[in-house]
Parts: sequence; C-alpha cells; structure tokens
Amino acid sequence: MAFIVQAINLGKQVSSGGQPLHILHDVNFNVEAHESLAILGASGSGKSTLLGLLAGLDVPTQGTVMLDGNDLFQFDEDQRARLRGRLAGFVFQSFQLLPALSALENVMLPLELQGQDHAREQAAEVLEKVGLAHRLTHLPKHLSGGEQQRVALARAFVSRPKILFADEPTGNLDAATGTQVIKLMMEMNRTQGTTLILVTHDEALANQCDRQLRLLGGKLVQD
Amino acid sequence: MNFHLVSLGVSMLRRDWRAGEWRILLLALLLATGSISTVGLFSDRVKQALQQESHALLGADLRVTSVRPVSPDYREEAIRLGLRVSATANFPSMLSTDSHNLLGEILAIDKGYPLRGALRISDHSNDTDTLHDDGKIANTIPERGTIWADERLFRRLDVKLGQSIQVGNLKMRLSERVVKDVDQALSFTSIAPRIQINMADLPATGLVQEGSRITYRLLVAGNAQAVAKFRQWAEPRLQNGEKLEDVRDARPEIRQSLERADHFLGLAALMTYVLAGIAMALAARQFISRHLDACAVMRCLGATQNQVMGLFLYQFILLGLAGILLGCLIGWAVQAILVASVQSLQAANLPSPGLMPVIQAGLSGMTLLMGFTFLPLWQLKSVTPLRVIRRELGPPNRNTGLMYAIGGSVLIGLFVWQAGSIKLGLTVLAGLGGGMTLFGLIAWFSLRLLSRLPMSNRHLFTNLARHGKANAIQIVALSIGGMSLLLLTLVRSELMQNWIERLPPDAPNRFIVNVQPEQRVAVQQFFIRQGLPQPSLSPMVRGRLIAINGRPVKGDDYPDSRARALAERETNLSWSADVPAGNRVVQGSWWHSATGGVNEHEISMEEGIATTLGIKLGDTLAYDIAGDEFQGKVTSLRKLRWDSMQVNFFVMTAPGLLDNYPASYISSFYLPRDKLRSGDALLKAFPNLLVIDTEAIIRQVRHIMDQIAQTLGAVFMFTLLSGLAVLYAALLATRDERVLQAAILRTLGADSRYLHRQQLIEFALLGTLSGLLAAAGAAGLGWILARNVLEIHFSAPATLWLSGLIGGMAIVMLAGWLVMRKIVKLPPLIILNT
Repeated sequence: MAFIVQAINLGKQVSSGGQPLHILHDVNFNVEAHESLAILGASGSGKSTLLGLLAGLDVPTQGTVMLDGNDLFQFDEDQRARLRGRLAGFVFQSFQLLPALSALENVMLPLELQGQDHAREQAAEVLEKVGLAHRLTHLPKHLSGGEQQRVALARAFVSRPKILFADEPTGNLDAATGTQVIKLMMEMNRTQGTTLILVTHDEALANQCDRQLRLLGGKLVQD
Repeated sequence: MNFHLVSLGVSMLRRDWRAGEWRILLLALLLATGSISTVGLFSDRVKQALQQESHALLGADLRVTSVRPVSPDYREEAIRLGLRVSATANFPSMLSTDSHNLLGEILAIDKGYPLRGALRISDHSNDTDTLHDDGKIANTIPERGTIWADERLFRRLDVKLGQSIQVGNLKMRLSERVVKDVDQALSFTSIAPRIQINMADLPATGLVQEGSRITYRLLVAGNAQAVAKFRQWAEPRLQNGEKLEDVRDARPEIRQSLERADHFLGLAALMTYVLAGIAMALAARQFISRHLDACAVMRCLGATQNQVMGLFLYQFILLGLAGILLGCLIGWAVQAILVASVQSLQAANLPSPGLMPVIQAGLSGMTLLMGFTFLPLWQLKSVTPLRVIRRELGPPNRNTGLMYAIGGSVLIGLFVWQAGSIKLGLTVLAGLGGGMTLFGLIAWFSLRLLSRLPMSNRHLFTNLARHGKANAIQIVALSIGGMSLLLLTLVRSELMQNWIERLPPDAPNRFIVNVQPEQRVAVQQFFIRQGLPQPSLSPMVRGRLIAINGRPVKGDDYPDSRARALAERETNLSWSADVPAGNRVVQGSWWHSATGGVNEHEISMEEGIATTLGIKLGDTLAYDIAGDEFQGKVTSLRKLRWDSMQVNFFVMTAPGLLDNYPASYISSFYLPRDKLRSGDALLKAFPNLLVIDTEAIIRQVRHIMDQIAQTLGAVFMFTLLSGLAVLYAALLATRDERVLQAAILRTLGADSRYLHRQQLIEFALLGTLSGLLAAAGAAGLGWILARNVLEIHFSAPATLWLSGLIGGMAIVMLAGWLVMRKIVKLPPLIILNT
C-alpha cells in the first residue's frame, strides 16, 4: 500500500551556543492515506519541529520526507509551497487568521492564492458547515476563540486537502470549546477522507486518532 | 503581469485598507507628494512672479544685444513663440542748441517699448517746484520729430520744453521730460544725459554710419516658458558681438535676491523630502512587522515567495498610484489657494504653473515609497512559513542595513535632483545624515547613562536603555519632527527679521558717480551743509583686462556671452586698506602688507567674476589703464553682498598702487524723501556728477524679501505637517511593543496608575531628549541658513531651547498618552491573546 506521508531518517540539529543540539534524531515512520495520527510529547520534545518538517515548513539536517510520493527536500521552497497549497491544510494553536480579513475572506484566501473561481461561494459553504454562516463578515477580533478556530478549520478544509496538519488545535481553547472543535475536525476529516496528522500533549485527544507516536528528547519512543 | 495576482492584490488592498493597515503609509505618501508638489508649484510661481516684476527694471524679460542690427531671425522666432517684441538702438552723439553743445546718449525706441515696467513722463518744465512730480505713465513713444529727455539734459543744455535740439541732421522738438527711466540705473558708464527718439527718425538723423558705436537691442517679453524656449533657441545662435541678457545678467542685486529666494524655497522642499522619507520609512517598517504573520500563513497555504512578494508589490503600486494622484491634486489645490491668498501674486497674473513640478512630485513620491518599502518587501518574501508554529522567528534581518542603504540612496538621488546641484544636495544631506547619526548616538548614550544613575526610579530608565537602539531611532525621528516645528516657528521669524533688518529703511538709494579728485572735499562739505550724513567716497579707475598669466585675453576665448562681455568691456578698479563692508574674503587673504606689497602688486577679485573668467588665486593679471599696463597677482577672492546696495567693486588693489592713474570717485547714500531737493542742489553745484536713483531696485529687493517671508510660512506649513506625521509614525512604531509590555505588567499585578506613571515618565524622558535635540538641530540649521543662504548673523534665541525642552516633553507625553490611553485599561488577556 502506498503511504501518503513517510519520514525517512529524519533529523534536525541546530547549534546553540556553539554546541550542536539535536532536536530530532533519526525519526522513521509511515502514514497511510485516510489514517489519523497523533504525535504526542512533552514541551520541548521536538513535536512541533517534526510537524514543521513533515509539512515542509522547515528543512531537516538529515533524512527526508515523502509527501504523496514527492521527496519534499528535493524541491525548493516555492515548489514545496505549491505542493502544500495542493495537498495540505493547516490548523494552528494560535489560529493564525489574518486580522485584517473577515471570516469569509480568510477562508477564501487559499482558493484565491490558487487562482480558483467561485472562491466566495465555496468558502461560504464550508463556513456554513462549521456553523458560522451568520459570522461571514466578522473580523477575527470580533469572534470568540472557538469561532476563530472553526474559521481556521474551514480555511483548512476549503481546498479539500489530502492531509491536514494540526498543531495543538485546542491549546488556546477551554475544555468544552476544545471538545466541540475536535469533534468538528474529526467529522470533517472523515467526510472528506483526509489524512490527519495532529500534534498534541493531550492524551484524550490523541486517543481519538487511529494511531499515536510519542516523542521523547527528539527520539521516537513508541510507534 | 499576472492578472490573477493583480486582482487578488486589489482585494487584499481593499481588505487591509478597511482594517486601517495602510493609513499611515498613505498619509506619509500624501504628505510627501502633496508637499513636494505644493512647494514645487508654488515656489515655481513665486519665482516667476518675482522675476516678472524684476523685469520691469530691464524693460523686458530678455534682451538680445548686438553691435550690429539684430538679425530678423530672432524677431521672427520670438513672434512665432507668441512673445511680444520691441527694439532699441542707443549710441553717444553730440546734441546742440544754438548756444550749447553736449555729448548725450541717444536711445531710439520702437513701438511697445518698454515691454515691462513703464517710462514716466511729464510735460511740465523743469522748474524746481515741479521737479518731483511723479509724472504720468507714457503709453506711447515719442512722436516722429520729437524727443523726450531727462532732467540732466534740461539742466546742462539750459532748455525748456518745446524748444528744438539738433540731433545729427534733424532738428527735433523737446516734447516731454522723462521723470523715470526704465533701465537708467543699469549703466554706470552712461554719465551723459539721455534722450529718447522714435526709431523711425533714426535713419534721417544720418548718425547711423560705418563705425558708429551703436548698441542694438531686441526686447522680448511674455509667457515665462516661451521666454525660456526663446533663450534656448537663441543661445547657440549668438554671433560674436551678440549677447543675451535678462535681469539676472544685468542686475547683480536682483540676481542675488532671487537666488536667495530660490535657495530658501528649495531648502524648504528638501526638508520636506527628508521628513516625508522618514515618515515613509517608519510607516513601512511598521507595516512590514504587522504583516509578517500574514506572509507566513500565506506561505503555509501554498503561496510561493514570488506570489507573496507580487501580492504586496501590486498593493504598494496601487496604493502608490492612488496616493500620488491624490497628493498631486492636493498639491495643485493648495498651491492655487496660496496664490489666490497672496495679493501680489494674484496681481502678477501668472501663467498657470507647468506640469513639471507635479511630475517631479509624483515620481518622487513613488520613488520614496519604493525605495523605503522594496527591501522590506524583500524581507516579507523570505519570511519562513515556520513562523506559524514558532512565533519567535522574526523577519530575516540580514538585509536591514541594505534596506536603509537603498532607501538612503533613493533619497540622495531625489535630493540632488531637487537641489539641482550635486554639491548643494550632498552638503545638505551630509549635514542631515551626520546630524541624525549624532542625535542617535547622543540619545543612545544618554539612555544608557541614565540607567546607571543611582536613583530609585532607575528601572524605568533601564527599560528605555534596554531597547536602546529602537528608542534612539524613535528619538531621532521625534527630534527631526520637532526640529521642523521649531524651524517653522522661532527660527524662521528670527531669520526673516534679521534678513529684512539687513536692508534698513535708510539703505542707500542713490549712487553718485564721477566725483573728480579735486571735488571730493567740496562734495563732502555739501552733504554736511545739507544736513545729510557725509558719504564715504570710493576711488575708481577704469581699466581693461588684457592678459591672464601672460596670455592675452580675447572675448572670443569665452563661449559664455556674459564672460565675453566681461572680457571685452572696461572694469572699475578700486583700492582700500581694509575689507569693505559687505565683502567677505572666501579664498586667500587680504593684503599681506599694508602698503600693498613691496615685491608684488596684490589684487582681490570678486568670486563670481573670477569663476566666469577662469581666474584662480595666484594668477597674474594685466590691465590696460589709460594706455599703461598694470600688473598684479590675485591674492584673495571676495564674496559680495550685492543686495546691501553699497558700492561694490569686482577688482580691488591695496592703496597706493593706482595713484598714478586718473581716478574718479563714487559713493552711495540715502536720500530721504523730504530731502529730495538736496539731490537737485547737488547736481546744480556739481553739474558733472551723475546721480543714479536706485530706489526701484531697493524696492524690488525689499519686495522679494517680503514675498519670501510671507510665502515661506505657507511652504513650511507642509513641512510642519510632515513633521507631525513623523512624530505620529514614530510613536506608532513602538506602540505594539508597548502594548504587549503593558499587558505583561498588568498580569504581574501592576495597576493602571502604575502603568500610566511608567508610560508617562518614559514619554517625558523621550520628549525631553528629543526636544533638546530638536532645538539643537533647529539652531544648527538656522545657523547654516543664515550663514550660507541669507549671509546674515544668527544666534539662536533662548526661547528656542526652552520651547524645545518644554514643548518636546509636553507633545510627546500628550501624544503618548493618546496612543496608550485605551491600552492600559484593556484586560491583559485580550492583549496577550491577540
């Protein structure tokens, strides 16, 4: 079976105060299409770095990542960006909505960047699915945290990505709101058949995924 | 061009606009183009008006002067360009009545003369009672067979109106007395009385013959642009013995005043460029830092580097175009309002301003925008997408130096363009750049020093010192803004006052020429008897430059018509033991030995004429004085204050060297209106004297000063607005950081009183430092303006320092309070979450 994501001997080393510091060490794993995977670990275990590398946001010092059959780091930065645009959606702990853009415009943005027609209609449709049909013209600062994260979900799903990368998606939300957002995310994941890669330190959230990976000091300790 | 990206750029611009992100940048852009176009258009028109008025002193905007009849080509071209034309011919000739003979100057004039200004004539005879009636404006020229003559002729030929005078073969009737001539003051050499005749009578006089010393002139006047075109067309066609003259060539006093006006207005414009540039740089910096996240998110969402860059570039271009268009419109409107509000400009009936200043303003605005934003854009382009999960990753800042270098070179380019001279532009810029660096260093060191003082509130200063670089930049920006405010208010009025005082109400308004050595004592006693101050008489010997360093001087050697004229005609040489008032030695030194050198004759020359004739310090000059050769070495170059209305000499020697040559004496004095009869009595007592009335020139010089003093306020208004924009942008630049800091302190238990106090103390300190630096800058700039542009004395008034100190503190505290007031009240979580 073809894997949609493969981490091969993946490692990241930075120099800190003249000393080399291994953030990630020799990480290997595969993810199948439509699978959901949680990456667990304490703060500083390297999980965010791993996510950044998997999504091609950062460059490893060792190894590589295969994304839908493409060797990410054979590409240059722009080729990776285009691949991201085509394949990936993102949800972040701090939402990362553009403050000057309304909810609708934030969701339209990925489609607009790809030059797609009917961005407005598609975006409105997805926002309706996340229950924000009445909030289209609101600016992020006028939305609650849960609403902002739902806008972020809509933005992630609007381009029908094959893979969704989520970085502590409930980190900035209270428990009840967080549960709602996760429920929504899982549901959309299922209906769109997306592969989910999720970084979290929340065991309960991780347990809702098909599989869990655990990082400790930059090394994979459990697969 | 990628249309999809353009349209996305448009929507992004619209969205960002709604969120207020572009406001400060657009404001900076509007101010830049608005002020540059206003200053450009307005000063252009003021200069035109001043020049047009000055042209009344010449009778024309431009003259073609020739020793032969002026080629009809010139006239045809002038008419083709829509200019008005007239012609004159003048030459010396004997004039006689039955009982007297006299050498006079004949000026034959054609229809339309003078094209600028007016002759005033009177049909009253020359009895003393009516001598000072102002006469009436002559709307015509002498009828055929009649002559108009000035006062000197009536006196010296002892004639009355209606009598006949023999002019060559013609007997002509004296029909009018000329009360005020148009260009009488122009020539010190024309000691002879002047008569005006109709050009059509000239052939019949039989005086035009081979070898007659006739000067032919073609006069042109009209639209300034057409005159400029004519000048451009005519200049390369000038033959030997022909030259072009405008009032600047003919009247150094006016030239200097106009140049000062030019420089002053130009400097105001330069100041605007700098302020606009700073506001733009600050605004761009703020804009970029606020858009780092958006760029990172877009990179995550699949935008390529070029897409991100293109998206912003298109937005900048769109914003730029909109801003420029609006700015130029504002500039045009403000300029029109200004012109309408200054009465004398209205009266001057100016041609509408050219498009050039607008184009220049538009290009400058766009260039400033791109210069200060292109590299920041470049930075945005390379923002790592990883910033979305790792907030601490800032912009790649390896390029900041380069960014300021590019912005700076753009500014230098614009400066040099605007200044019209590389030297002036670079000097002003180097001064400003040096000043700003110095301000920054002083600010940085002061903050560090304060943080080390053993005081209870030390932690406040420590906080300021910790962000030493950012705060130092802010202080520099604040002080530049403040400097423009102080310059506008205190320094400007002080400067203008000093400048106008330099030409006091009793500035000389008459020149007396041709006082013979044996008349000196008698003339001075005459003045005492009349209750007038005793004039100081300067000796004058006429000589012609024949060789420089042994190489013979020929007019043909000089392509420039002014230089040619200077080389061909006689110069007035004078001597003095001391540097005359209003003269300043700029190169070399005044006489090495009191008697003028035992070994070598020393010559001091006026800087401008030396440059025109290609004479340098140390050159040996030979003059032909009454058939003898006089040699000397140039040991000093002087700068003259022509607009002081004192007697000035191009060439001077030490006393004693010219004793053996025939000298006459010259002086200038002030003749009050109630003593006009003394002037007449002087001429009666010494009929050989020529008294030249320079009232009109003084009036014009004074008028130019008044106009500049008046209009400068308007021009500086924009500089003031730009200064305020810089202040605002400087405060906004650190706002985000202050907000975050306040939130953290609130979280840690600081109450809003504490926060207020802390902020206010910080702002007070920033304001005080900026205010003092602003005062120093304004004083320095005032000094430079006084010394180099206006050539007057200037010392900064004590109020300047006080205003800087108190004003700086108050304004920054107030503005800071306005910017921060809401912030300290917000719950910290809201701030921390956003």
